[in-house]
Amino acid sequence: MSARDEILGRVRTALQDAPDSPPPAWTYGAGAAVADVPALFAERVEDYRATVQRVGAGQVADAVTEALGSAGTVVVPDGLPSEWLPDGLETVVDDGSLGAGDLDRIDAVVTGSAVGIAVTGTIVLDHGPGQGRRALSLVPDLHVCVVREADLVADVPEAVARLQSSIDAGRPLTWISGPSATSDIELQRVEGVHGPRTLRVLLVSEGP
Amino acid sequence: MSGTFVGMPAFPDAAREALADSQQRRNLHHATHTIRDKRARVVGEVGNWEELRVAGAEIKDRVLTHLDTYLEQLEESLTRAGATVHWARDAEEANRIVVELVRATGADEVVKVKSMATQEIELNDALEAAGIDAWETDLAELIVQLGHDLPSHILVPAIHRNRAEIREIFLREMGQVGTPAPDGLTSEPRELAEAARRHLREKFLRSRVAISGANFAVADSGTLVVVESEGNGRMCLTLPETLISVVGIEKVVPTLADLEVMLQLLPRSSTGERMNPYTSMWTGVTPGDGPQDVHVVLLDNGRTEALADELGRQALRCIRCSACLNVCPVYERVGGHSYGSVYPGPIGAVLNPLIRGTSTPVDKSLPYASSLCGACFDACPVRIQIPDLLVRLRTRVVDEKRGGIPSGEEIAMKGTAWMFAEAKRWERAQKGSELAGRALRRRDGLGRLPGPLSAWTDARDAPAPPEETFRSWWRRERGTDERA
Repeated sequence: MSARDEILGRVRTALQDAPDSPPPAWTYGAGAAVADVPALFAERVEDYRATVQRVGAGQVADAVTEALGSAGTVVVPDGLPSEWLPDGLETVVDDGSLGAGDLDRIDAVVTGSAVGIAVTGTIVLDHGPGQGRRALSLVPDLHVCVVREADLVADVPEAVARLQSSIDAGRPLTWISGPSATSDIELQRVEGVHGPRTLRVLLVSEGP
Repeated sequence: MSGTFVGMPAFPDAAREALADSQQRRNLHHATHTIRDKRARVVGEVGNWEELRVAGAEIKDRVLTHLDTYLEQLEESLTRAGATVHWARDAEEANRIVVELVRATGADEVVKVKSMATQEIELNDALEAAGIDAWETDLAELIVQLGHDLPSHILVPAIHRNRAEIREIFLREMGQVGTPAPDGLTSEPRELAEAARRHLREKFLRSRVAISGANFAVADSGTLVVVESEGNGRMCLTLPETLISVVGIEKVVPTLADLEVMLQLLPRSSTGERMNPYTSMWTGVTPGDGPQDVHVVLLDNGRTEALADELGRQALRCIRCSACLNVCPVYERVGGHSYGSVYPGPIGAVLNPLIRGTSTPVDKSLPYASSLCGACFDACPVRIQIPDLLVRLRTRVVDEKRGGIPSGEEIAMKGTAWMFAEAKRWERAQKGSELAGRALRRRDGLGRLPGPLSAWTDARDAPAPPEETFRSWWRRERGTDERA
């Protein structure tokens, strides 16, 4: 008998007399009551020691310049809105050919995002246009991430509901809550291990 | 401490040794109290925490009672998404499958994401035997691996080590297997983390094969989920060409929507954060992004044994958060090694006997490694009734011993029952204990009793009997015998 059939057989035998469990009495996708979602999002992201700058739609490029600081080399994904990039900034546009070693020699990455969650201070990338493949926002040490207020939700259930279509499309998801961190030494939190050690978030309002 | 849990002594023997290590006790006290406070703060922020716990338990129960259906659905979804599904009855079969998959790539090393399932099956030993280097990339796992040590906590496997010990391990060992620790390394956690970053960077960039577990596997989409902090998980799940994930069959959840419950429960219970730094979700193969050769090994290894136990089944709800370890008065004092398994603490005390059976000394003793105070149940995000399970497993251990020559304890218990059955006998026994109490005046406890009685006192502090019993006191003060 194959391992598959044997394991499924064991499961069925084990459950012979098991009473049925009803589906959970939980209301999925419910919204949370948060008075000022962008303000809470900014506060909670900063709790993780990432920086958040709130900017108008027309100020993104200037804010990107500032967020990049002294970064010499910058990679951007295909499909990043061109108005987000400052004039004259030299960037490498990812065409999928950069290997891990190449990305390791790049200082910074600028990406967009799919969803932001206020209560947990989380940004979710679904790696669609303007967000790039996963390695892009992982290997460079500085991640400048643009989040649109329109993409913010109050809490995790609404975020999961919004992300269903990305999963249906077969896209991977990366949930990011602050910079890379560890608490493995005496449970003391230290920011900056393997992922980007600096996360700068630009929160873009609808208005100018 | 060697690299295996096989042949571990019974819990009381291992615990006595652990308790004598005062450095470890200080490390554990500090760490468990720190994380306990963090957890309490972030759980306190959630208004509907109890509803979330109930939902978490119900989702898992629903999955477990229809596990065959959900596993078949998961297999179908994974296959459709371009992953190859393998089934492993036990540790040996899982190890064989993984070793063959790695060999087929021609690689002689793999990077590993922290994974309880691969710890459980001792995959690293199997890989080593096949000439394949397995690099642990989680900081705590790296500390354990470089220190030739064993994990002692589900979330923070090196919780028993302090910063000074970690510095020594890094200085001594890193250079043997790759980029050495920098000269002048101090015991500052920030510097130690930086040393780990530098040490592992080259391994991430060159490795062609990664091995992971999964925190959740979504049946209807075939999406696997890894919850982590450092980014080592993202490195392993993204950069290599081949990804092999070993997933316990109880990890399945029906739909993506169920993750809205789990992703609220797990980080707050585990690291005491509103959300962990990184969560990765991937669905088979994504063209042009990440590993293009994706394998999933579905592992039984005793889980169906636990599933067959009507009460024990609920232990399979466990999402490996380790909240029960951090609040346990027993774990806090003895640490994780005494439990003789990668699953220590209260959940280990029930999970190990349920999935491994109760045939070894350590598995027989684990249901007793508890004061039954119930703190573990209160902390459990999926409401596993750990105290009830412990009592049930004690019954099982006792039942399995029935028949044959009665043990000293059984004879003593029978004698005690006979004594309690008649007031006169009880009275006479009390007289005896008063005499003993006077003889032992000014001693706090009985110490180690001789002969077969030592079995009792070796695991307990038995107080010296009082010089006067309550009944004698009552008669002296009130002057009458109530029964008269």
